[in-house]
Amino acid sequence: MSDHTQNQENYWKANVRLIFGCLIVWAIVSYGFGILLRPLLSGIEVGGTDLGFWFAQQGSIISFIGLVFFYAWRMNSLDKEFGLEE
Amino acid sequence: MSQFTINLLFVGASFALYFGIAIWARAGSTKEFYVAGGGVHPVMNGMATAADWMSAASFISMAGLIAAGGYANSTFLMGWTGGYVLLAMLLAPYLRKFGKFTVPDFIGDRFYSRTARLVAVACLIAASVTYVIGQMTGAGVAFSRFLEVDKDTGLIIAAVVVFFYAVLGGMKGITYTQVAQYCVLIVAYTIPAVFISLQLTDTFIPAVGLFSEHTQSGMPLLQKLDEVVRELGFRDYTADVDNKLNMVLFTLSLMIGTAGLPHVIIRFFTVPKVADARWSAGWALVFIALLYLTAPAVASMARLNLMTTIYPDGPTENSIAYDERPDWIQTWEQTGLIQYEDKNGDGRIQFYNDTPAFAEEATARGWAGNELNVNRDILVLANPEIANLPSWVIGLIAAGGLAAALSTAAGLLLAISSAISHDLIKGSINPDITEKGELLAARVSMFFAIIIATYLGMNPPGFAAQVVALAFGIAAASIFPALMMGIFSKRINSKGAVLGMLAGLGSTLVYIFTYLGWFFIPETNTLANTPDNWLFGVSPLSFGAIGAVINFAVAFLVSSMTEDVPEEIQELVESVRYPKGAGGAVDH
Repeated sequence: MSDHTQNQENYWKANVRLIFGCLIVWAIVSYGFGILLRPLLSGIEVGGTDLGFWFAQQGSIISFIGLVFFYAWRMNSLDKEFGLEE
Repeated sequence: MSQFTINLLFVGASFALYFGIAIWARAGSTKEFYVAGGGVHPVMNGMATAADWMSAASFISMAGLIAAGGYANSTFLMGWTGGYVLLAMLLAPYLRKFGKFTVPDFIGDRFYSRTARLVAVACLIAASVTYVIGQMTGAGVAFSRFLEVDKDTGLIIAAVVVFFYAVLGGMKGITYTQVAQYCVLIVAYTIPAVFISLQLTDTFIPAVGLFSEHTQSGMPLLQKLDEVVRELGFRDYTADVDNKLNMVLFTLSLMIGTAGLPHVIIRFFTVPKVADARWSAGWALVFIALLYLTAPAVASMARLNLMTTIYPDGPTENSIAYDERPDWIQTWEQTGLIQYEDKNGDGRIQFYNDTPAFAEEATARGWAGNELNVNRDILVLANPEIANLPSWVIGLIAAGGLAAALSTAAGLLLAISSAISHDLIKGSINPDITEKGELLAARVSMFFAIIIATYLGMNPPGFAAQVVALAFGIAAASIFPALMMGIFSKRINSKGAVLGMLAGLGSTLVYIFTYLGWFFIPETNTLANTPDNWLFGVSPLSFGAIGAVINFAVAFLVSSMTEDVPEEIQELVESVRYPKGAGGAVDH
């Protein structure tokens, strides 16, 4: 029984770590590149404006899609690894 | 064929489709009514979520907002999509595992408290009712513009249509109608955008066109736009923002609010498994992005088109004469959404940013004030006319705008009616109600919810513009933190959760009312709604994120000072964290 609980605990820790990593990327592409770090990226030109503008209007959205699919793929395989899938 | 007949044909055909689906997908049980039986394919649910989520605000208003604000209004793009990352990782899979029917269901069970459940019901109803008013008025406006009926008649038609398929089909009917509505609205949004992109740039993909060369001038499109608006005294379209704190908080409020909106969350109860809930969030975001990546392109291209229509020879030359204005300006003048006044009496249309900074140049050019007012909501609706597209495209836009408004209205009405029939009636007032009785109660509450929404749509309580902010503020400050803490912490007890929700909600409401008027009654605001008065430069619309932080803090503080969470509730938290174990939605 205690093995089983340990297994569940590890699974949950792995999940929280994964979420943490994903949310760091989530914050960097939107709040970072899209808003706060825009002045730093102003030297990198994209289609008549700068990289920060691109991230604010398109780049962040594309990154979000990547993040959600990555999370789904990773978690669904973690489910199997830990034997906790439905 | 007249434009009216074409519009009627398109709107009529789309409605016939929705009615057909409603009859085919009738709900026979509460499980079908609340969660569409729990067997919706994740891609299908993603599409339905996209339609559920993208309202009249996304379809009609968002591009106009971005066109007017440029870079500064990118907040809407990031905020209304970034919330899905939070939803996908922090809420959807676990709430699906929990496997009941409503959001207050979870809050009531997890915090083992009827009070918590009732507070959640109150927050849900407040957020959803304010939100649904906007949808009904949006549908009313679309009807009145395209089908030439007055606004109230338009609203009643919209109510009857929603009533038919939402009451009959519940979540099952709504799901499949939303899939159809998504297809209608995305086609309607994309086609005019493709044509406009081809007219201005070399590419037919609007999202690419935004960062391409403007064919006529050989300059990058955004540079050209910056140059044109600068000549007329406006801020550069791509100009950076000074108040970054407020921009961050506003975006964060929209994200947290998005993740906490009950009508979006319950969509994830309809898929078969936890793994499907995760995939489904990704698909929802893909389908949303198809519109959200096009919207900024539509915004900048429409702004440029508008400018070049008024200044055909360039912004430093003479503007167009009023008598030679294009047909679409005349059409929209009739609705009052475009207004012209010849202030300097030269018979031409001067359109510029009438500020002290530009006054000297304006006087030098013989201008006596800005003469053209364009309501920014008409941008998407007028787009096909501005770009001279064939009349069937206008019919398509009419059907698309209505699809966006009706699909969101139906989702909201379902969230409201299930909170009443399931959480209030079955959960509190009459727990012994039969399955049949509860299904009837759900349909009756849906009926009354529609009546109230229609009434409020006809008599908007004078705060129509602010309601969306209120809905997001409530969802961000009350519902999202409660759900997240319920899953990620075993320490939060019922007292902490209830006080946390009330503190988050209360502080947000007080901050909004201080600047926008108490209960939105005009002239009752304590402080003028100007950036100088805002606490640390935080606008009332951005306060939801801070309300959420207050909620978290109060809940942790109170819980750490009061009793531990009972053993069986800790087990409940454990069980929602692991996909294995009791599968499918629990029948009550």
